[in-house]
Amino acid sequence: MSIRVRSTNPTDDEAREALQGRPAEEHVPSHNITKPEGEPAFSISDLNFWYGTKQALTNVGLDIPRKKVTALIGPSGCGKSTLLRCLNRMNDLIPGVTIEGNVRYRSADIYGPGVDPVEVRRRIGMVFQKPNPFPKSIYENVAFGARVNGFRGNLDDLVEGSLQRAALWDEVKGDLKQSGLALSGGQQQRLCIARALANNPDVILMDEPCSALDPIATLKIEDLIRELSTDYTIVVVTHNMQQAARVSDYTAFMLTDEEITGQLIEYAPTEMMFTQPGDQRTEDYISGRFG
Amino acid sequence: MTRELFQKELTDLQDDVLILGSMAEKAVVDSVEALRSADLEWAQRIIDEDAAINKKRFDIEERALFVIASQQPLASDLRSIISALMIITDLERIADHAEGIASINLRLGESETIPRRLGYIPAMADRSIAMLRDSLKAYVERNVEEARRVCDADDEVDRLQDAVYDETLRGMIEEPATIERNTYYLWTAHNLERIADRCTNICERVIFVVTGRMEEINVSKY
Repeated sequence: MSIRVRSTNPTDDEAREALQGRPAEEHVPSHNITKPEGEPAFSISDLNFWYGTKQALTNVGLDIPRKKVTALIGPSGCGKSTLLRCLNRMNDLIPGVTIEGNVRYRSADIYGPGVDPVEVRRRIGMVFQKPNPFPKSIYENVAFGARVNGFRGNLDDLVEGSLQRAALWDEVKGDLKQSGLALSGGQQQRLCIARALANNPDVILMDEPCSALDPIATLKIEDLIRELSTDYTIVVVTHNMQQAARVSDYTAFMLTDEEITGQLIEYAPTEMMFTQPGDQRTEDYISGRFG
Repeated sequence: MTRELFQKELTDLQDDVLILGSMAEKAVVDSVEALRSADLEWAQRIIDEDAAINKKRFDIEERALFVIASQQPLASDLRSIISALMIITDLERIADHAEGIASINLRLGESETIPRRLGYIPAMADRSIAMLRDSLKAYVERNVEEARRVCDADDEVDRLQDAVYDETLRGMIEEPATIERNTYYLWTAHNLERIADRCTNICERVIFVVTGRMEEINVSKY
């Protein structure tokens, strides 16, 4: 196992040393972790993560399949968003974090030396909980990444294609010059998806993409997620169990208990997960009888 | 334990399934007793009372649909509600078979001499009724072992049906005047055999609720 310790905050040196010195925790592989068929998009193994001295992920290991939707579910504080953000090095931006273990994307170590985190984030895009369009026109919102990256193709085509794939084109094609902020919440979220698609990513990570949206806008995003999964690998964090059941092919259930923070309890095809979960803790969580 | 309201709805639903179960059981027991005692009025009452059983089944179905719509059950909760829906269909059909036996009783009443010569039919009825009771017991207890044991009893019902078949066929050959009456006995045996089969369906649902696996336990040869 390769071990890297990353910390941008020198005041945490002590903590880092303490962590390095500790004996490796016993990792008991669970019988409830499925290995999806085919070459995985991500292969995660023995992943541990700390915010300062506070551990957020413990020995997480799973394969995320290509061109499928994988949902991460679990109660608040279970580490699902942290895990998601490990997949495109978004956590690098937080001071004082420490990461150990392996995150391989198409068998390349995304934390390996010489890997450019900006390129990682271009290929592995992200959509956030709250729609966050730039205070610019719809057109400029979508074209922004391409302009920054020195895109040489036809920008109009890129904008139209991205808006179409994000199922927003028909609603905005009449006025691409209006501000992205003038759109409804659901439209803004689809604009953010279009913006992510314009960078031609392979993977789209979504962190509770519908939690700020009304039910109709939510269903539109869910339809879009299903549609996009024919071309993209999608990983979505959600608090909404029914949403995970509706949109995903695989579901991972994470949990923090008194002893272990951010552990992966069960990972299985979604159909199995929601009809006959293998672990009682999964059953208790998805049937709303937690705690 | 959270979701107390939901838990109560699940318990109420199961109680309702059991009430329907006891209504169906009573219909079967009564139909066989009425047949034994050639009580035609009783048979007519059983036929009339079937409407209440049908209504109860639809009431439960409605209630289950509302629980699904309002509580969005998952995992074992979902299996439990879906199984309740399947089981009430079987129970309602079991009651229809009891109604069938009551109808046969009425038809026999017009052609039959007293006492009736029922042969193996009472033995068959006893076993089918025991299977119904035991399958509902397995359902309440979520008892997979008991469910499998109930299914094994279906073979005995099938063997008794074979015996009824031989018996009635022999009767028809030896005494052609009894062909009509013996045909009714065959129908009766068929109804009892179907009741036993429906009980194995209920047991399959019990196994599904507990294990999540759908398996056909006992394939009837009829």
